Order: sequence, then C-alpha cells, then structure tokens
Amino acid sequence: MKDMLKIGGQEVNSRLFLGTGKFSSNKLIPEVVKASGAQVVTVALRRVDLEYEEENIAAYVPKDCILMPNTSGARNALEAVRIARLARAAGCGNWVKIEVITDNRYLLPDNYETLKATEILAGEGFVVLPYMSPDLMTAKKLAEAGAAAVMPLGAPIGSNRGLKTRELVRILIEEVSVPIIVDAGIGRPSEAAEAMEMGAAAVLVNTAIATAGDPVIMGRAFGLAVEAGRIAYLAEPGQTAEYARASSPLTGFLRE
Amino acid sequence: MIVHVNGKPVNVPEKLTIEGLIRQRDLDPDTVVVEYNLAMVKRSDLAGIVIKENDRLEILRFVGGG
Repeated sequence: MKDMLKIGGQEVNSRLFLGTGKFSSNKLIPEVVKASGAQVVTVALRRVDLEYEEENIAAYVPKDCILMPNTSGARNALEAVRIARLARAAGCGNWVKIEVITDNRYLLPDNYETLKATEILAGEGFVVLPYMSPDLMTAKKLAEAGAAAVMPLGAPIGSNRGLKTRELVRILIEEVSVPIIVDAGIGRPSEAAEAMEMGAAAVLVNTAIATAGDPVIMGRAFGLAVEAGRIAYLAEPGQTAEYARASSPLTGFLRE
Repeated sequence: MIVHVNGKPVNVPEKLTIEGLIRQRDLDPDTVVVEYNLAMVKRSDLAGIVIKENDRLEILRFVGGG
C-alpha cells in the first residue's frame, strides 16, 4: 500500500518538490526531474525582456509535472494576489506558492502579508502553499484560511544551512492540521532526510540541487534521501538514550 | 499611438491586437502571460483585444525560480 502525499485533493507521486532557479542550463531541468522523481516543480513570473530573446522555462518542465508558480517579487499581499491570478490565467493550473518578501538580506518571508494573500487566494479556489517563517500561530491561521499545506523555511533561501529552524518545524508538524513542507535552506540530502524523519510531508529544494557539481546526480541523491526519510518516519525510529544499552547478550561470555 | 508595455512607453500602430503586438516582438503568444490595464487576459482572448492609446500592458513569462 503506497503512502501517497495528497495536496489540494490531488495525489502527488514524490515528496521532493523541485525549484528551477539557478540552473546553469535549463536543459538540466528535465534530467533532474527524471533523476529525482520530483513531480511538483516551481517557477517564477517575470517581465519579458523585449530586447533579448529568452527561453521559456515551461518548455523544459515535463508535461506530467505539476507546475507551481511562486509569487516571488511580491512585497505585499496585493502584489502576490496579482501574480497568482496572472499565473493561473496563463493556463498552468491553480497551484501557487505564496512568497512575500521585503527583507533583502535574509529573504525571510512576511508572515502577515502571506496570511492575507492566502485568505484571498484560497477563497478564489487556488491550491495555496504559503512559504513562511515557522511561527505556530501563523501556521494555524494559514491552515484555517484554507492553505493546502504550510511551507516553513529551514534556513534562509539559498544558504544551504540545513534545518536551522528544526525545533519550530517539529512543533508545526505536531500541532498543525495540514501537511508541513520544509522549503528553503536545505543544503544536503541528509538534511532532507532529517526533515522527512521528523514527519514533514515533503521538502522543496532548489539551490542545493541546481548549484551542485552534478545537479542530475544530486537530484537523484535527494530523491533517494526523501524516500528514505519518509520510510524511516513510517517505521517509527527507536528511542534515544543517555547511556549505552548493549546490542549483544550480556551472558554466556567465553572467558575464565 | 503611445501605449505602456512593461512600464515603458512605446509607439505602436493603430488597430493592433495584443496578439499582434506580441508577435511583432518575435514572441510566441503561447509562452507569455499578459496583463492588460491591470486585468488578466486569457491566451484565447489575445487575438480579440485591440489596443487603445495609453493602455498599460504587462507581458510576462515563466522563468526559473524556487
């Protein structure tokens, strides 16, 4: 019996969500999708540069992927809502990652504006996945507002610092009714596995894969790590202890 | 006549449709997202809207992002 992730009423094949920024070549993207098994893929929306010919990233995302536009660039709820509506009008489905940021140094999201945007967009039938700073009350309100999942950061975007926010993420996983997807800061497959072992529903990884020496192989590593972490979580890891507890019997020793 | 495209004023001929403007710039209408005077435009409507003086157009596209 397969343990399927369900978001917004849809079954998703993989608990690894993939970001498409920072790749040295867009041609790597379909290869990484294949190697990693990722199904949900994020993209951003930007003005076309009318002077220069540029590539259309949607052409590199395999057809059976779920495209999730982010609202990056939005500085407040209204800008996020505007971007989300435009992205949906483009005909790529109704998933949206809400990303509202005015902090230019750490790129930490604005939880308050994110909540406002979530309320509006969930009301318009979007499948809303808000990117947020792990605060329990905000997470609960996002769930109440209709978010399909909540996406707390592990560490600042692109920092590869891992699960710096692990204590708070653990609390969100325990207390919030919707899936918790760790998004941002995951730098290595082991960190993705750790998030999954804690009970995260999924992880979103971009920089760690896109800027690896070999993104395709790293994508594979992340896919395996996410699967291992999830299975480990389901297998219920044993207790930790203060002192040693011998693994081999303490009787019948061969000795004088 | 002057219209505003991506925040910049440009001179375009009369009776130009949004799809016409897009194709004029060597863009494929299937690869762009259009906002017309702050309203979203579905791809299927691009050929049917004629641009007027001082209209504001945003022509966007999906790019890599996390």
